[in-house]
Amino acid sequence: MTDPLSPLDRPNSYIGRTVPRPNLERLVEGRGTYVSDMTLPRMGHVVFVRSPYAHARILEIDTSVAKQAAGVIAVVTGAELVEQCSPWVGVLSHLKGLKSAPQHAMAVDRVCWQGEAVCAVVANSRAQAEDAAEQVQVRYEELEPVTDMRTALEPHIPVIHPELGDNLAFERSLDAGEVDKAFAEADAVAEAEFVFGRHTGVTLEARAVLADWNPGERRLTVYQGTQAPHMMQNIFAKHLALEEAQVRVVCKDVGGSFGIKVHVYADEMATAALSKRLKRPVKFVADRIESFVTDIHARDHVCKGRIAVKQDGTITAFAIDDLTGIGPYSMYPRTSAIEANQVVNLVGGPYQARNYRARARVVFQNKNVMCQYRAVGHPIACSVTEGLVDLAARAIGMDPLVIRSKNLIRDDAYPTDSPSGLKFEALSHHASLAKLKQMMDYDGLRAEQKRLRQQGIYRGIGIASFIEVTNPSAAFYGVGGARISSQDGVSVRMDATGAIIVQTSLTEQGQGSEALTAQVVASALGVALEKVRVILGDTDNTPYGGGTWASRGAGIGGEAAWQAGKALRMNILKVAGTILQTVPELLDIDQGVVVDKATGRERIGLDEVARITYFRPDTLPADFQAELLATRHYVPRQYPFAFTNGIQASWLEVDTETGFVTLLNHWCVEDCGTIINPQLVDEQIRGGVVQGLGAALFEHCRYDERGQLTNGTMADYLVPMASEMPDIEVGHVVSPTLESELGAKGAGEAGTAGAAAAVANAVNDALDPFDVTITEIPLTPSVILKALGQRSG
Amino acid sequence: MKAYAFDYVRAATLDEALALLERAGDGGKLVAGGQSLVPALNLRLLAPQLLIDIAHLPELRGITCDDTTIHLGAGTRHVELANSPLVAEHLPLLQMAVRHVAHAAIRNRGTLGGNLAHADPASELPACMIALEAVMLVVGPGGERRIDAADFFKGLYETALGPDEILVRISIPRSPAGARFHFNELARRAGDYAMAGLAIAMHGNSPQDMRIRPVFFGIGDRPVLARQAALCLEQAASLQDGLAAAQQALLGDLDPQDDLQADAGTRMQLAQVLLKRGLADLVAQGRG
Ligand SMILES: Cc1cc2nc3c(=O)[nH]c(=O)nc-3n(C[C@H](O)[C@H](O)[C@H](O)COP(=O)(O)OP(=O)(O)OC[C@H]3O[C@@H](n4cnc5c(N)ncnc54)[C@H](O)[C@@H]3O)c2cc1C
Repeated sequence: MTDPLSPLDRPNSYIGRTVPRPNLERLVEGRGTYVSDMTLPRMGHVVFVRSPYAHARILEIDTSVAKQAAGVIAVVTGAELVEQCSPWVGVLSHLKGLKSAPQHAMAVDRVCWQGEAVCAVVANSRAQAEDAAEQVQVRYEELEPVTDMRTALEPHIPVIHPELGDNLAFERSLDAGEVDKAFAEADAVAEAEFVFGRHTGVTLEARAVLADWNPGERRLTVYQGTQAPHMMQNIFAKHLALEEAQVRVVCKDVGGSFGIKVHVYADEMATAALSKRLKRPVKFVADRIESFVTDIHARDHVCKGRIAVKQDGTITAFAIDDLTGIGPYSMYPRTSAIEANQVVNLVGGPYQARNYRARARVVFQNKNVMCQYRAVGHPIACSVTEGLVDLAARAIGMDPLVIRSKNLIRDDAYPTDSPSGLKFEALSHHASLAKLKQMMDYDGLRAEQKRLRQQGIYRGIGIASFIEVTNPSAAFYGVGGARISSQDGVSVRMDATGAIIVQTSLTEQGQGSEALTAQVVASALGVALEKVRVILGDTDNTPYGGGTWASRGAGIGGEAAWQAGKALRMNILKVAGTILQTVPELLDIDQGVVVDKATGRERIGLDEVARITYFRPDTLPADFQAELLATRHYVPRQYPFAFTNGIQASWLEVDTETGFVTLLNHWCVEDCGTIINPQLVDEQIRGGVVQGLGAALFEHCRYDERGQLTNGTMADYLVPMASEMPDIEVGHVVSPTLESELGAKGAGEAGTAGAAAAVANAVNDALDPFDVTITEIPLTPSVILKALGQRSG
Repeated sequence: MKAYAFDYVRAATLDEALALLERAGDGGKLVAGGQSLVPALNLRLLAPQLLIDIAHLPELRGITCDDTTIHLGAGTRHVELANSPLVAEHLPLLQMAVRHVAHAAIRNRGTLGGNLAHADPASELPACMIALEAVMLVVGPGGERRIDAADFFKGLYETALGPDEILVRISIPRSPAGARFHFNELARRAGDYAMAGLAIAMHGNSPQDMRIRPVFFGIGDRPVLARQAALCLEQAASLQDGLAAAQQALLGDLDPQDDLQADAGTRMQLAQVLLKRGLADLVAQGRG
């Protein structure tokens, strides 16, 4: 028996097939176009003089010596650049009460974190600019820094922006169901304080921008490694006093982004403003030292959590109190309250419990700015939820998989919602759990664990169920007043030889946006993949749209590509029908040839259709106009977000004498709906898992009490590397969203969402005989030894 | 960041390199593999006016062996140490250790001489030199000097090398028959400098003539020969019998400090664990 055909079952479909990315060869042959490598005639390189202090008043900036240095084009202070660039405030109206202070492209009279730019030096080369930057004399008066988020709201602590009244940027509370009653009636209550280290998303290519103000046409072209070109077009226009039509943002190849490159960075705004001021191209490429103190940081939460459970394993309530420090400003325009907001939304999300109380507070501090990085809020919510579920299981003596299968939302319960108001269309927690159990041979591992413990070898299994927010509609940013589009557009056209050119508003930073777009269009049309060329990342040359962030490329941009491809197919078939004197409904396209739909008999090649359309329109009826270009846009309307789900497991060994953790294996079963390219999805999952494992074990931006980052180099900030990574086995359950024809949801953040939670649970499982619970990441040897009380001296 | 501007000369002979170094005075800096120096230049931690490239000096090349001694040219690259049959046969400790030095790309360029002259306290090779009682042949304007490894490492990135001297060769006595070696380190990631590491050379089978040299690295400002611990072991009836006292003696031998990776207490714990595991390995080798 075969399933009924869906619209996706096309004659030569690429949906669900692993095909190589069209951009692969270009990139591996070193023929990509990264902004870092670009040069333009008369281009100046800008280097920023950055504050060595976390908090200080700028008393004086003496640029006279620097201006005389070799190769210098200009030296411009923050105060001087105000003329070219207006400040911004990172708030959104739907995040009620969120406040922040105006932020300038460079500090004007006060610096608020170590690394904030105070002065720009533009020279003929980066090296000359660095030489001259050392000659800029800045006199500071150091101010008391606010560094500890736990005390940031106390009355004796200075207020970073006095005009705001306090250091509280945002607070949200939620109370659903009968939380007090649930805790009062619980058979067991477990609680813990979960601590998440600040870390960052280390992109292979650092942030890079090349701004070119052309006074001749009064246009600014910005070549930028960004995830959201149209958003940036709006922002550049707004703050440089231009019309949007005067700004073009071009985003070619980007060496990784992970959410790092979806924000408005002060130094990038300064670069554009400098170009306008100097009337010449100006380029800024962050070096690694700058990246560590200026690329957004993420996480840095302390979250207290409680869980109520019945002896039969029923979880009845969750309660959390989350605190996060975001640096001195809320980032623009997406704001730095989203992560905490997500934590409130997502805790307890996979489970049936209806009683949920949450509070989140977001405070200012004199550290680098914090904002959305891959899986925003999910790793916090997942680690807290899953850590609590394990504690509950332990309290009542129940197996971690059993307690989950008792409490996860049933697969037949959809549509449903969460106590925090999230709407779930269709999730597959139980199918995923069953698949995971079988993939990892759960019972076999438990037996092995028991056997090895007798030999003094401590291995642990950690499980983490999760939900992931994908395909965001306007509910994310648009409703809050930000000009961040949640829809995407795709134009598909057939040229005079039958080749297909696609323009999409998605961007590509390694995810495979280009590949999935080509696959979807080739399938919708019925042409070979090689016939399809995809153009993206150019506000002058693509439809208007959101870009690539928040797990939306396949689900939103992919659906727009599907609809545009279908529309063009119909347009082509109309031409073919006219030529063949039949109706388009009786025709189809297969492998680039128009065929009879019923029999597959070949009728006319697309090259011939194109030839007639473009060169012999005189042979077509006078009242018929061929249109070999179609554009479609798409945005989800029914559900504000398409939730996905999944479950991860970690199997690891803890050396209880040294505190070292060895990751042995990792599994992730996820449900992102329709899978367009299995390899791309698996890569997303694996890459995401690795970033989660980095957070679990290695990555940590360590600040001292004066607000100085103490490990801001690649030698001291440990990113996860291949040798330490376990095999990551990926499994899929497929529940397509019915909102779109394609049915694809996102997969970009699932891996990161649950990996750290699985590892932390596995470490605690391994240490079960020692009766310790560790709820802090990264799980460094020191942290583990301290918990075990195993330190000498 | 970009390095400050500097001049660069590739020396053809040792004499030329020495002359260049002398002439350049404070502004001169030798470069061999460049794997430690170039990052320091790019971070603008150093501002030499002249880089003198000694990577190709014939006098610094080659691995040779005579009746008593193995001679390693200071220009021997890590990858050459790892692949040398002579090293494998006569200096198994070095062969074990060099695998832990950085990553393949860095081992392809980094040199033994550069590594020892750089004297990173967490580096593997200096500790091995002390364990193996290597002798450094150093040449300067005043002629040659021979420096025992134990006197060579003076502190954090500090050695007995004068600013106008070049480390030319490292000579290591061939180990007596029946010698046993152990190498182990605890690094957060493969290729990282160790949080704590231990190199042990040991020979003699009967308790009376047993000699052991446990050298720790990544624990202090230079590699440390744990003398008291060694004494405990040499005086004990067996390695196992001496373990507890030797672990205790480490509290006196070592003086770990807090740093980013670990506090002093953690480091001491790691050192004691390394010693326990090292001795277990040596005992197992003795049986095998
Ligand atoms: C990412 C990374 C990881 C690393 N990890 C490790 C590790 O785990 N363990 C480890 O031991 N090392 C590690 N290293 C350092 C590596 O081993 C270097 O190769 C070594 O420290 C220096 O050797 P070099 O030949 O590159 O010296 P260079 O960088 O050329 O020079 C280093 C210093 O030695 C001086 N010098 C060089 N040769 C001589 C000579 N013959 N006589 C006198 N002075 C000389 C130079 O003037 C300079 O001051 C790492 C390096 C990197 C980049």
